Amino acid sequence: MARSLTKRLVSGVVPAVPFLWLVVLFLVPFLIVLKISLSDPVVAQPPYTPVFDWSDIGGFFGKLDLENFEMLVEDGIYLDATLSSVRIAGISTLLLLIVGFPIAYAMARAPVRHRPLLIALIILPFWTSFLIRIYAWVAILKPEGLLNQALMGIGLIHDPIIILNTEAAVYIGIVYAYLPFMVLPLYASLERMDNTLIEAALDLGCPPWRAFWAITVPLAMPGVIAGSLLCFIPAVGEFVIPDLLGGSETLMIGRQLWSEFFSNRDWPLASAVAILLLIILVVPIVIYRDVEARRLETQR
Amino acid sequence: MPPKTSSVGAVRRTFSPWSDPAAVPLIRFENVTKRFGDAVAVDNLSLNIYESEFFCLLGPSGCGKTTLMRMLAGFEEPTEGRITLAGQDLAGVPPYRRPANMMFQSYALFPHMSVEKNIAFGLKQDGLPKADIAARVDEMLRLVQLERLAKRYPDQLSGGQRQRVALARALAKRPKVLLLDEPLGALDKKLREETQFELMDIQHELGMTFVVVTHDQEEAMTMADRIAVMDHGRIAQVATPGEIYEQPKTRFIAEFVGDVNILEGKVIGQENGLWRVETAASPTPLTIDDPDEVLHAGQAVAIAIRPEKMVIRRGAAAPGTQNAVTGEVWDIGYLGDWTVYRVKLASGEILRVSRANASRFVENPIDWDEEVHLTFAPDAAVILAE
Repeated sequence: MARSLTKRLVSGVVPAVPFLWLVVLFLVPFLIVLKISLSDPVVAQPPYTPVFDWSDIGGFFGKLDLENFEMLVEDGIYLDATLSSVRIAGISTLLLLIVGFPIAYAMARAPVRHRPLLIALIILPFWTSFLIRIYAWVAILKPEGLLNQALMGIGLIHDPIIILNTEAAVYIGIVYAYLPFMVLPLYASLERMDNTLIEAALDLGCPPWRAFWAITVPLAMPGVIAGSLLCFIPAVGEFVIPDLLGGSETLMIGRQLWSEFFSNRDWPLASAVAILLLIILVVPIVIYRDVEARRLETQR
Repeated sequence: MPPKTSSVGAVRRTFSPWSDPAAVPLIRFENVTKRFGDAVAVDNLSLNIYESEFFCLLGPSGCGKTTLMRMLAGFEEPTEGRITLAGQDLAGVPPYRRPANMMFQSYALFPHMSVEKNIAFGLKQDGLPKADIAARVDEMLRLVQLERLAKRYPDQLSGGQRQRVALARALAKRPKVLLLDEPLGALDKKLREETQFELMDIQHELGMTFVVVTHDQEEAMTMADRIAVMDHGRIAQVATPGEIYEQPKTRFIAEFVGDVNILEGKVIGQENGLWRVETAASPTPLTIDDPDEVLHAGQAVAIAIRPEKMVIRRGAAAPGTQNAVTGEVWDIGYLGDWTVYRVKLASGEILRVSRANASRFVENPIDWDEEVHLTFAPDAAVILAE
């Protein structure tokens, strides 16, 4: 009896742990941010009204409004920043795919005994702080930086190229920083692929490059989608890379959020931007789930 | 005494281009060697395979049979020697330009394509018109009886259905040669037996050359016109199933194909065209009718006798009976159709004797620990020179 009780307890508690985690660390903070986004800014501590008061619940809800969201729509800068973020994240994801696929493919084709080392090498950069690695790129990309010195040293160019504080620097930074998130899911799906499928394609008269497009790429699709989402989603909200490498010209929603929050101290507006960002990012996830569900459906 | 080769085994059909010196082989392996580093997978092997032949490469794992097939498909290149197909030297010809198609052991069906797309894949590579592709796919689906499953995906099929799709896909391009790598290995016993006959029917209907790699001797015996038994990268014997079974050239073949009892002995001499051989198993010399062997007195030989070619009985054989040995029943295995007796001789050797269970009830059957007498005819055994 005691055993079945323990069993029932375990089977009840175990699924509750992730739920509790999500409720405490995601749902509750989200509701707080949502509430702040519906409030008005004020120069006080905390910098928003109304503050929750048990004695006046009716008045509390009455004072909430959508003013901040109206502001987001009316002021063009938020829409521009959003579109610019999506564009930069989209181009970055494409670049990551182009760079990451050959790496993942080579890893999956490497002798089995070398693979753990290759995976370790891909993960190795995480041993150093993200922030420090991005700062290092400032030293590489600045006009008198390592890259320009090297290029001028070998006589390829005579004047330094301006890379730092341009969008190009942001792409370099994102591709560099996010590469493991693209390579690892791609590797996982390519490594699982049975090489005799390629042999079968060759045997049926399909030259290698065509077999790559007809067999390898479609079978790597789950990895392509997972890797793209893992890179696209955080890239849209990226703050550190555009702030350090992108200069003032690069418009991204993450930076906008930061300046509303810390420079303007307009917490309600910043919260509204955060909610907007969340909505933008929920869309691709829902689309992905929908596509995946339909794929599984047709295969059943 | 006339040679017995022609009367041996069941004759399936009168088809034997290999015994016609004028016949031109479709596939020729000429002194082919394949090395992987220091390991020799195929060792200076020569072999001819003829058009419309159902040819089996049989051998234990690691004997080089799969390497031989992969060289024919183009996935491996010979280290030395030459392979020709229909007169064309295959050296340097990539797999996608060879007129041979392969059915893989794992089937290697494309998981992201439906059954019909899988079958159409090879035809599409040839750039055939859409209508022709559709017609051929329909024809193939009918051939393997999968019309109703055309839209399914491989992971929605049973093992037997997948095997059929793999076969249809490999047949769709009507290759000169169809290569089958352990085609029935993943099927259960019942299905395997049915499929063996289906494969034979399909091969007969299409008149295509089939080359099958298998480690299952029963499968090879059932299906093949000829079998090449391979061992350590070399061919031990190429012959019809009947010859392989009844006239194995070496002890390895005798032991690998079917069950066999081996008695070691020494040749005494020849009497009336029959060999007299002295063994530990029998107090009197054994008499063996194997006129093809050229032996000399005192030579060490092995005598191979199949279990079903010996007679087991309780009473002693009449005096003067050739090849009679006495022993004790050590074990009895009842298999339904057959009963297998393991009989321990006075010399310590254990012989396997099998007897068909022709009637349902036997009064007073032979029991454990009983003394029994085994006899066999002089032509039931084969002499294998060591």
